[in-house]
Amino acid sequence: MASYKELPRTAQIRLVSSHQEVYEPCDDSFALVDALLADRNNLLEHHPTLCMEIGCGSGYVITSLALILGQEASGINYIATDINPHAVKVTRETLEAHGVGAELIVTDIASGLEERLTGLVDVMVVNPPYVPTPEDEVGVHGITSSWAGGENGRSVIDRILPVADRLLSEKGWLYMVTLTANNPSEICNQMRKKGYASKIVVQRSTEEESLHIIKFWRDLDKEVNESDQSASGFIGSLFALGPLLSYWRGTTSKQKQQK
Amino acid sequence: MRLLTHNMLSSNIKGVVNGFPLRIEAEKVVEKTVEMNGEFLKKMFEKIDWKAFVDASWAMGYTELPEEADSSMLDSDEFLNRFHHALLELHLEEGALVCPETGRRFPVNKGIPNMLLHEDEV
Ligand SMILES: C[S@@+](CC[C@H](N)C(=O)[O-])C[C@H]1O[C@@H](n2cnc3c(N)ncnc32)[C@H](O)[C@@H]1O
Repeated sequence: MASYKELPRTAQIRLVSSHQEVYEPCDDSFALVDALLADRNNLLEHHPTLCMEIGCGSGYVITSLALILGQEASGINYIATDINPHAVKVTRETLEAHGVGAELIVTDIASGLEERLTGLVDVMVVNPPYVPTPEDEVGVHGITSSWAGGENGRSVIDRILPVADRLLSEKGWLYMVTLTANNPSEICNQMRKKGYASKIVVQRSTEEESLHIIKFWRDLDKEVNESDQSASGFIGSLFALGPLLSYWRGTTSKQKQQK
Repeated sequence: MRLLTHNMLSSNIKGVVNGFPLRIEAEKVVEKTVEMNGEFLKKMFEKIDWKAFVDASWAMGYTELPEEADSSMLDSDEFLNRFHHALLELHLEEGALVCPETGRRFPVNKGIPNMLLHEDEV
C-alpha cells in the first residue's frame, strides 16, 4: 500500500509515449487535466463507475484521470476511443507505463458503443479537434485529424455533443476543451436546450489561443423551454466574466454579420 | 478488450439491425488479475446482457459461468468471483469481432478492437 501513495497524481510527460502521427500533450491537454484536478474532490464524491474519453491521442488525459480517481479497487472502469489507430496504440503504452489500464477502441467518436453504452457514462472528457480549418481537412488520416475542426472548429464538436448526451448517465458530467473561436457560449446554449447546465472550470490564454474547459451536467430541476432562452440572462449568469463575455458576443455578432 | 467492453459493443455498419452481440474469434486471450469491487459488479450486473456475456466467455475459453443468472446470486462469493474474473480479468488480446448479421470481421490487435468502417459501410 505504501507504493500507492507514491504514484504520481497525473501522467508524467517522460512516461507518455509518442508517435509522429499522434498529438503530443499540449497546453489544451494540460488545461483539461488541470480542470480535472481542480474538480478532483467533486469527482471523488461523484463515485463514477464508467469514465470515458473521446479522442485520447497520447493517452495523457485518460491516464491522468485514472491516476486521479483510481482503478478497479475503486470500482471504476475507463474507456477511451480515437479515430487514429496510432493514437490508441500510444495511449495503451502510456497507460502501461503508469501502471493503469483503460479499455481502448479505434472508432469514430463512439461508433459501435452508442447502443449499449447509452446512459452509462458518469464522466466524459473530450479535447476535440477544435481549430478552425477548411472543412475538407476534417477527419483525414493521421495528425491533421487531431486538430482540424472545420468551420469555426465546430465540425467534430457538433458531432460529439449529441453522442455525449446519449452516453452520459443521469448524473453524468462532461468536461470539454473549447477555443474562443468555437463560440463556447453558443455551445452552452445548445447544451442548455438538451437540459444541461454548464460552467467554466479552467480558462487559459496562451499566445495563440484562449482555451476554456467547460463542465456540463444535467440540470434535472430546470427543464428548459425555448422561451426561457433569453440569451443575455443565461450567458450573463453562466459566464460572470465581463471582458470575455463581451468578446464572445463580439464574435457572435461578427459572424452573424458575415452571413 | 474485456468482456465488459464486448458487452457494450455492437456492429456499427450502416443498415445492420441486429448488430449485437459481436461473435468473438479468439486467437490469444490473456488474464490480468485486478482487485474486486462488489459494488461495481452489482451495478454492472444490471447492465450486462447475460446470454451474450456467457457466450463470449465460452469463446474466450472460460466455462465457469452459469447459463442463467439473477440478482440473488450476487450474494454468493463464488458467483461474484467468477463474474469478476470473466468481466474484468479476461482480455481478448488478438482475434476478431464478427458482425452477427453481415459476417464482417473487426480485427482486435494488441487488445484493441478496430471498429473503423470502410466508406461503403458508413
Ligand atoms: C486535440 S487532440 C487531443 C489528444 C489528447 N486527448 C490530449 O488531450 O492530448 C484530439 C484527438 O481527437 C482525435 N479525433 C479526431 N477526430 C475524431 C473522431 N471523429 N473520433 C474519435 N477521435 C477523434 C484525434 O485523432 C486526436 O487524437
